[in-house]
Amino acid sequence: MSEIRTLTIDGEMISAPAGATVLDAAREHGIRIPTLCHLDGLSDTGACRLCLVEIEGNNRLQPACVTRVEEQMVVRSSSPRIEKYRRMILELLFAEGNHVCAVCVVNGHCDLQDLAYDVGMDHVRFDYLHPQREVDSSHDRFVLDHNRCILCARCVRVCDEIEGAQTLDIAGRGVASWIVSDLEERWGEARSCTSCGKCLLVCPTGSLFEKGLRHADSSRKADFLRYMVNVTRRQK
Amino acid sequence: MSTRKRFATIWLGGCTGCHMSFLDMDEKLLELPALADIVYSPLMDVKTFPREVDICLVEGAVNTESDLRMLRSVRESSVSLVSFGDCAVAGNITAMRNTGGKKAALQSGFGSMGEALAVGDDNPLPQLLAQASPLHQYVAVDYFLPGCPPSAELIWYVINELLHDRQPVLDREKLRYG
Ligand code: SF4
Ligand code: SF4
Ligand code: SF4
Ligand code: FES
Repeated sequence: MSEIRTLTIDGEMISAPAGATVLDAAREHGIRIPTLCHLDGLSDTGACRLCLVEIEGNNRLQPACVTRVEEQMVVRSSSPRIEKYRRMILELLFAEGNHVCAVCVVNGHCDLQDLAYDVGMDHVRFDYLHPQREVDSSHDRFVLDHNRCILCARCVRVCDEIEGAQTLDIAGRGVASWIVSDLEERWGEARSCTSCGKCLLVCPTGSLFEKGLRHADSSRKADFLRYMVNVTRRQK
Repeated sequence: MSTRKRFATIWLGGCTGCHMSFLDMDEKLLELPALADIVYSPLMDVKTFPREVDICLVEGAVNTESDLRMLRSVRESSVSLVSFGDCAVAGNITAMRNTGGKKAALQSGFGSMGEALAVGDDNPLPQLLAQASPLHQYVAVDYFLPGCPPSAELIWYVINELLHDRQPVLDREKLRYG
């Protein structure tokens, strides 16, 4: 029997199994916390910091997706301080890459855009970096456009944890980090890639897409993961 | 003394698409002169930007030295300056040249002549700035109206609010990039 923890989120008393994350507990009770790198069915890495929450007694904001519930914990999922940081994080993501929505394959179906609309981001206050980044179209069917990549590592995790191919990984440090295939080969030369296309389905931005895709067909189907995970669990 | 608002629009480094969307306001275009005097616009035959403008929509990024001069004088003369469209708000298409640098941009546009165009002081063409930038990099911007182009409905919403001394608010329902 699993142990139960009792905590408060946004003034509401809730209980959650020990080991659950604050994000799980909140969602279970219909409290929405925005996320970007988290995806149901994949492990959590706390990469994007969008799910920041306030926890009483702790001065630093904590990412809800990797913070475990504790007995008597008091959590706030929104406050002026949280909103301020969320918007700042989103602005930095836009400033760091080259997001030209007008010419992006997922314009209108993009998680990053959606979150920016949610926080009312009508402009970015930071200087755009305009980094020089590549578009890798060496794969037969898929394209990796580094200009739109926010390094959420969803593709890396789905490739490893669900497909088991471990083709994709992150190389480099800080702003110079980028997604690589196999040993920094062109994607088309990465022999471990099974061309399953799962990475395309989980990418929250327009970085990964299918060749010849029309903009109108670009809606994402990341929900497939939940389905797959459920089926596998049942088989076990 | 008339208290009618003085309204203007202008384009800098843009494609004119935002102004085309402005024209798409259809019958609202007829309502506009009832609410304000249109004192300057590329769609009109006025040569110099006037003083004492209440609301000015600025399309396009700041791309050349002449854009920058123009923007500064618009800022001086206008009470409310609106960044009109993604190029003005974020650099957008106009700023795509920034990743490769100015030289490469001139070369891709003008071939071997690009180099000469980049340096010539006596050159009649407006000189490209090192980077194309959003308006708020250079001047204070009062309102941001993203979209490439913003929809005619959204443009009208913003204009109409401002003409009635209300603050336009672009929330989740109204915000669109691209
Ligand atoms: S990935 Fe999203 S935010 Fe980035 S350019 Fe494409 S549509 Fe815009
Ligand atoms: S390619 Fe897409 S899924 Fe992979 S890290 Fe970049 S944004 Fe995330
Ligand atoms: S925002 Fe789009 S429509 Fe407006 S000037 Fe720029 S490219 Fe043209
Ligand atoms: S969703 Fe929690 S850090 Fe990204």
